[in-house]
Amino acid sequence: MSELETIQSDAESRIAAAADLNALEALRVEFLGKQGSVSGLLKTLGKMNPEERQEKAPAIQALRQAVADALAAKKDVLEAAELEARLATETLDLTLPAPEGARGTVHPVSQVMDELAEIFADLGFAVATGPEIEDDWYNFTALNMPESHPARAMHDTFYFPDTAPKGGRMLLRTHTSPVQVRTMMAEGAPVRIIAPGRVYRSDSDATHTPMFHQIEGLVIDRDIHLGHLKWTLETFLKAFFETDDIVLRLRPSYFPFTEPSVEVDVGFAIVKGKRVLGGSGDAPGHGWMELLGSGMVNRRVIEMSGLDPDEWQGFAFGVGVDRLAMLKYGMDDLRAFFDGDVRWLQHYGFSAYDQPTLSGGVGARA
Amino acid sequence: MKFSLEWLKYFLETEATVEEISEKLNAIGIEVEDIEDPAEKLEGFFVAEVLTAAPHPNADKLQVLTVDTGKGDPLQVVCGAPNARAGMKGVLGTAGAEVPANGMKLRKSEIRGVESNGMMCSTRELELGDDHEGIIELPGDAPVGEAFALYNGASPVFDVAITPNRPDCMGVYGIARDLAAAGLGALKPLREHVIEEGFACPVEIRTDDPEGCPAFYGRVVRGVSNGASPEWMQQRLIAAGQRPISALVDITNYMMLAFGRPAHVYDLAKLSGPVVARRAKAGEQVLALNEKTYTLDESMTVIADDNGVHDIAGIMGGEHSSVQPGTTDVLLEIAYFNPESIGVTGRKLGIATDARTRFERGVDPAWLDEGLDGLTALIQRICGGEASEIARAGKAPSEAKKVQYAPELTQKLGGVSVDEAEQRRILAALDFAVSDDWMVTVPLRRHDVEGAADIVEEVVRIHGLDHVESVALTGNVGVASPTATPAQVLERRLRRAAAGRGLNEAVTWSFLPPAEAEHFAPEGNGGLWVLDNPISEDMKAMRPSLIPGLLSAAKRNLDRGASSLRLFEIGRRYLRGDGGTSDERQALGVVLAGEKVSRGWASGKATGFDAFDAKAEALALLEEAGAPVANLMVMGEAGEQFHPGQSGTLRLGPKNVLARFGALHPRTLQAFDVDGPVVAVEIYLDAIPAKKGKDVFARPHYAPPALQSVMRDFAFLVPKGLPAGDLLRAIRGADKANIVDARIFDLFEGQGVPEGQKSIAVEVTLQPGEASYKDADLKAISDKVVAAAAKLEAQLRG
Repeated sequence: MSELETIQSDAESRIAAAADLNALEALRVEFLGKQGSVSGLLKTLGKMNPEERQEKAPAIQALRQAVADALAAKKDVLEAAELEARLATETLDLTLPAPEGARGTVHPVSQVMDELAEIFADLGFAVATGPEIEDDWYNFTALNMPESHPARAMHDTFYFPDTAPKGGRMLLRTHTSPVQVRTMMAEGAPVRIIAPGRVYRSDSDATHTPMFHQIEGLVIDRDIHLGHLKWTLETFLKAFFETDDIVLRLRPSYFPFTEPSVEVDVGFAIVKGKRVLGGSGDAPGHGWMELLGSGMVNRRVIEMSGLDPDEWQGFAFGVGVDRLAMLKYGMDDLRAFFDGDVRWLQHYGFSAYDQPTLSGGVGARA
Repeated sequence: MKFSLEWLKYFLETEATVEEISEKLNAIGIEVEDIEDPAEKLEGFFVAEVLTAAPHPNADKLQVLTVDTGKGDPLQVVCGAPNARAGMKGVLGTAGAEVPANGMKLRKSEIRGVESNGMMCSTRELELGDDHEGIIELPGDAPVGEAFALYNGASPVFDVAITPNRPDCMGVYGIARDLAAAGLGALKPLREHVIEEGFACPVEIRTDDPEGCPAFYGRVVRGVSNGASPEWMQQRLIAAGQRPISALVDITNYMMLAFGRPAHVYDLAKLSGPVVARRAKAGEQVLALNEKTYTLDESMTVIADDNGVHDIAGIMGGEHSSVQPGTTDVLLEIAYFNPESIGVTGRKLGIATDARTRFERGVDPAWLDEGLDGLTALIQRICGGEASEIARAGKAPSEAKKVQYAPELTQKLGGVSVDEAEQRRILAALDFAVSDDWMVTVPLRRHDVEGAADIVEEVVRIHGLDHVESVALTGNVGVASPTATPAQVLERRLRRAAAGRGLNEAVTWSFLPPAEAEHFAPEGNGGLWVLDNPISEDMKAMRPSLIPGLLSAAKRNLDRGASSLRLFEIGRRYLRGDGGTSDERQALGVVLAGEKVSRGWASGKATGFDAFDAKAEALALLEEAGAPVANLMVMGEAGEQFHPGQSGTLRLGPKNVLARFGALHPRTLQAFDVDGPVVAVEIYLDAIPAKKGKDVFARPHYAPPALQSVMRDFAFLVPKGLPAGDLLRAIRGADKANIVDARIFDLFEGQGVPEGQKSIAVEVTLQPGEASYKDADLKAISDKVVAAAAKLEAQLRG
């Protein structure tokens, strides 16, 4: 073995044995530092004559390269080991809980109103609103319920002591129907609107609350008849419940503001103790459920709303929003809607991102 | 209204089943709410004969009977009824049967050591009457072993809802007429009554109030005996939910329930002088049949004699002249009262009776003589007696309405085409007369029919609404246009933004307890809207703010043990508008209560909400609402409901308040009995300015600058009272061309800061334009910043 080979082998074995980066650095200085042994050999080249240099230089250069490579390789190894050792001390128990964010929710009534607005927008219905503190004239008189009308008594009306600007009492609207009159008066005909909102009846038991939500539908045009009403209700209910299996039963009824008046029942079955819409109510295991009141707008209402009843006719309907929400999403206690119990809101409420869309389906999956 | 199948079949010849009748009733607009079959309730009860009766060995008042049930060996039954005796026939409830009156299930048992295999029943136990003195005694020919329901002729009972426009169906006969028209059978002709009138009516009958009582007919019947009404009548009345009282009372009830025709019977002995329909005198009183005394006024029609009022006309009779078991001579009254005045009087007095319900909706004005004859005939048949001639005062409306109709209207309005002959048949069956050119004469009892649309309804409902086919609305081919108004879009967006920020939407009552509403009442708004007839005191005043309802909801939750509440609601505040109108304004309320962060392994102790949490919600939601948040000023005057030092308003200009926020005042928390701190926000959606400009979609032009922005930090000593926001605004405005942002990153008082001052450290972001900043540029900008701050007495710290 030549002298150089001995130096190289000795250097490589010492580098391999270096315990840490400090020791490695000391070796680098020892071999390749300014005063280093390999550096010293390189310096001898300067004193040689060209022939001698040509003969010895490659070996010395190779030695320097080999030592440098050995140092670099060992450095990588030591650095990797050091990182690993450091990471080992940084271990976290990731079964511990992460910081909690609050989970917000949208109330079922709002969700259902958004769904209805979406469906009816596709049918060309705009959304109209009106005051909840109404006057006697809009709530009753204009809807063909004059002062002495017995149907007024059936409305369980909340009254204020205040007199309305045009006479009569101020009251809390008992239905969304005054919006019919206000819309026709303000916008004329044709009309195609829904009017959702709070309504009030002086009634309170397991299935009634003194405040609840209704949605009114009104279509006024030249050739609208009961068949259009039926189609509209079927179409909306099929879209709302996302099923084609909706069977309606129209029953004659009475509302002063419609003529003819039609009560609409929908067929349901009892599944696991809950009502599930679908099928004819006359089918075995099925029943009919009263869902909404409707009819052809009474010509007197059209007249009092400033339109010519010989030219314009149409239908109106009113349906309980809370009721629709309960049927679709399975709540069974109306009173809980208005309690603000955060446990209930968390359970029955909807994510902010459950925005109803026609392409995604207006319903929010459980 | 209830009626039995048996009663219906008395008027209607039909083979239809209960189900078919029910379906048809629903189809023609008479809603069946319930069908009750008494045979089901009486299952397990049989006609039985008592063979032997012996004293109970261990009880004085009991007997041990052997009872023949017609099947197998006689049963031993223990019985406590005094009238139980050998040889009598009665009703035995056998083991397994359920006693209708109390739901008790009968079973084989031992009573004081003696086996009993059933129960002999009283009428009360079977809900057939009130008698509980003894057990039912059946006639000797009652067939032993027959089901008692069958023997008793139990008939299914329909409970129907009659809409207020159909008083003519508030009697079984009217319902039968409708069913017959709908093809469910044939209406039987009514019995013709020929009353032998033995003498002139001895009582003068008069109407001095032709407006309230257009027609008043009377007749005297002498020599009646007012016992119990016959079994068949009692059964019909009981099925209809009427308790039998005495023959005369039952007969008037029967007339009302059969024909929708209320009538009244006076004890003639209690009357003196002419019997007159007149207006009550103010303050006049009457003791009515319900044993209450009513004070009347001059708007009310009454029936009176020389001594005073005997009847609140059409609503309720008086106690004084009511018929008694010993009554022998009676005055019958059949009248036509003005429906409106009956309604007004009934509402004023708060009396709801079957008579009022019918008169108020309008009885048949054409059925006075027939009604009186029918009443007389029944009385004579059941109570005997001799009838007088009829005394008639006034005249009921007799002019029939005529409506020009056209058969094609069923299609135009009802969406269903009905054969002309069928239309004529239907109308005739309902007693409408139709001329060749479709002029329709309306029967007088149909007060509800006014125009062609009503005729359409009659035809279509009898023809069947199930024939109406769905027809699509026209229009809107292609993609539907947006329909929501800007206000609706705003509301929807805010709702989802709030939920996205972790808030839970609640819907709370529009009404509040008055004290809570008063606590949040705005100043100078003419006061709250307060209900006259609230459902309870706690639901009396309309909310002037969304915070109180949410605060109460938060309290309920905290009381239930909830630890953290983030509630919001979007709804109306009810204020007063001009000239007595209501001014309802959409608002968004937020209430944050309890723990903001609950205690945790990493975060340590629980922390509560503070006013800055409220500010954060207010600003974030206003930003989502499109309000120019950068231009908002934080000012005071959030209202006395808020902590005076930890609340504020966000305004666009000094007048326009977009929102208020902050910690609630301890007095507010005390008033609502909530533990604090609680912070709240109220955003006034109506105050948020609408977006201007036509270009709704394109954003303003923007290209990210090529050069990097530069940060410079400044620390100022400022007077302690200087709002930090003022300093920030001054710095931002110091050099608008270069300064794009300024943020406070440190706030310090105490050591090293002179008394009465605080140190505010601000990080200013500078954005170079075309060229990088040179030292001189930066120096110039810094000088402007320092100069702007100096105007607020802020000194750059060395």
